[in-house]
Amino acid sequence: MTGGEGARKLIALGAIWAALLLAPYWMPPLGGYTALGTRVLVLGLAAMSVNFLLGFTGVLSFGHAAYFGLGAYGAGLALKFLAPSTPLSLICGMLVGGIAGAILGALIVRRRGVYFAMVTIAFGQVFYYIAFQWSSVTGGDDGLRGFSRRPLDFGAFSVDILSNAESFYYFVLFCFALAAAAMGFVLRSPFGRTMIAIRENERRARFLGIPVERHIWIAFTLSCFFIGFAGALYALLNNFADPKGLHYSQSGDFVIMAVMGGMRSFWGPLLGAAVFVILQDYLSSITVNWMSFIGLLFVFVVLFFPRGLLGAIRRKVQA
Amino acid sequence: MMLLEVVAATKHFGRLAAVRDVSLAVPQGELRAVIGPNGAGKTTFFNLISGLFPPTAGRVVFDGRDVTGMPAHARVKLGMARTFQITEIFPELSVRENVRVGAEVAAGFRLRPWISRAEGAELQRRIEETLSLAGLANKADRLVGELAHGDQRAAEIAMALALRPRLLLLDEPTAGMGDQETYEITQLIRGLHRDGKLTIVLIEHDMRVVFHLADRITVLDQGKLLAEGTPQEIAVNDAVQAAYLGKAA
Ligand SMILES: Nc1ncnc2c1ncn2[C@@H]1O[C@H](COP(=O)(O)OP(=O)(O)OP(=O)(O)O)[C@@H](O)[C@H]1O
Ligand SMILES: [Mg+2]
Repeated sequence: MTGGEGARKLIALGAIWAALLLAPYWMPPLGGYTALGTRVLVLGLAAMSVNFLLGFTGVLSFGHAAYFGLGAYGAGLALKFLAPSTPLSLICGMLVGGIAGAILGALIVRRRGVYFAMVTIAFGQVFYYIAFQWSSVTGGDDGLRGFSRRPLDFGAFSVDILSNAESFYYFVLFCFALAAAAMGFVLRSPFGRTMIAIRENERRARFLGIPVERHIWIAFTLSCFFIGFAGALYALLNNFADPKGLHYSQSGDFVIMAVMGGMRSFWGPLLGAAVFVILQDYLSSITVNWMSFIGLLFVFVVLFFPRGLLGAIRRKVQA
Repeated sequence: MMLLEVVAATKHFGRLAAVRDVSLAVPQGELRAVIGPNGAGKTTFFNLISGLFPPTAGRVVFDGRDVTGMPAHARVKLGMARTFQITEIFPELSVRENVRVGAEVAAGFRLRPWISRAEGAELQRRIEETLSLAGLANKADRLVGELAHGDQRAAEIAMALALRPRLLLLDEPTAGMGDQETYEITQLIRGLHRDGKLTIVLIEHDMRVVFHLADRITVLDQGKLLAEGTPQEIAVNDAVQAAYLGKAA
């Protein structure tokens, strides 16, 4: 890496974090609101989790909403039945999503390409129907209600993240930062390099001594822990968990965010999520067909910027 | 002591017997060439040895251990490394990163979340050593997908060497190369064999390379073992002459 490139990366990283830290100040004047920023962070983390597999291991899961939704139900049920603790609910949601991913991942990893994507959809739909049918626990079609995020208790003082949108935003940003740091750490490790090796050339990876299926399983499981965590945050954001969060169309949205933002870059999916969420917020107040517009934009990006929006911006900066 | 023994290996693809009842024994330190006309089953034979697929019948023994049913990655761990007839590399990574993957696996780091500073320095030293051995030191930061064909072939050999193998399987290392590149790769292989005492089995069509390098030659034809012997013996073997001339005619 040349010195100039290193400096440019550092500046970009600084800009991203500055924009995220100051979002509650610059978003309202531009017509946004803080809760919208929170939504971007949560869905952005989910898209980054999908991209952990898609962009860095080369494996397309089309059923990741299952683990997102399981994280949401895990957090909601923990708040409702276990204990009124926000951190505990996050841990529960993450564990439910991650453990389900570990078990199902073991059944999926031998498939490749389209077959892999189809099996992930199938398993995802199983969870959707369970959540839909098992209404005594999950609330069925109406979703899981009757819980809300609790104030953060630090002993000497507590932070109200329920009624204060700014406090909740910063709490979510803190959680997002932890998850993003963990993800970045994995990707920089020798294990992360084996993921990229598998993406680049599976046969070569295998004949360099990498047990490819086992490594894909680990990557799949890790990404399910991350997206389960995002799902738990989503339940806290809405004070509600919804079977739609498990549906494959939600998985499709995550894939669109990742690809639109740029799946070869770490931050691309966050940008994709921002574009998606903001357009959805704006367009859905004008038309019920907002998804067609996002679909058109998606096709446009894929055709003209194969490396996604962030890839296109990067190329522009380097030129 | 035989490092590699193949006992009566057979491989069917449907009704086609690509390899039929072929046996081979390569002692530690030998350089063995496998030759034969197109479609003779040479690459299939390599695939059986390295574990891309299991044989229909027969056994593969490596360093006294039966590895017939062992997955490819586990054979690598025992010390078997290979290259492919059609170059298999990580095109969007730099040459150094390509070599690093093999070096990290060989050092037992593949599941590590973290490497200590001392381990990292040792690893770096090995990577640079492998790069300069393969003549790629001055291209280490280039994306391997952007290199010339000959350099890509050399990079693939470097990746295999980074595994610190005891047996190196090379499938037509000079395929598609010009004279100069062929000469350089031949020198590299000779160096590995002579100085490193690495056991090498190579498939090769270029007879200059074969006769320059090989201790012994194995000839396959239509899936069968046609002949085995020293280069002198093979050069005057009637059956081998017939197989090659038969194809040419
Ligand atoms: N995976 C496969 N499935 C079906 N047939 C195969 C497969 N691999 C090889 N074959 C067939 O087996 C026979 C031997 O092929 P192989 O590639 O081993 O020959 P080779 O000696 O390496 O030839 P070349 O010198 O052209 O590389 C050929 O007829 C080939 O078409
Ligand atoms: Mg071949």
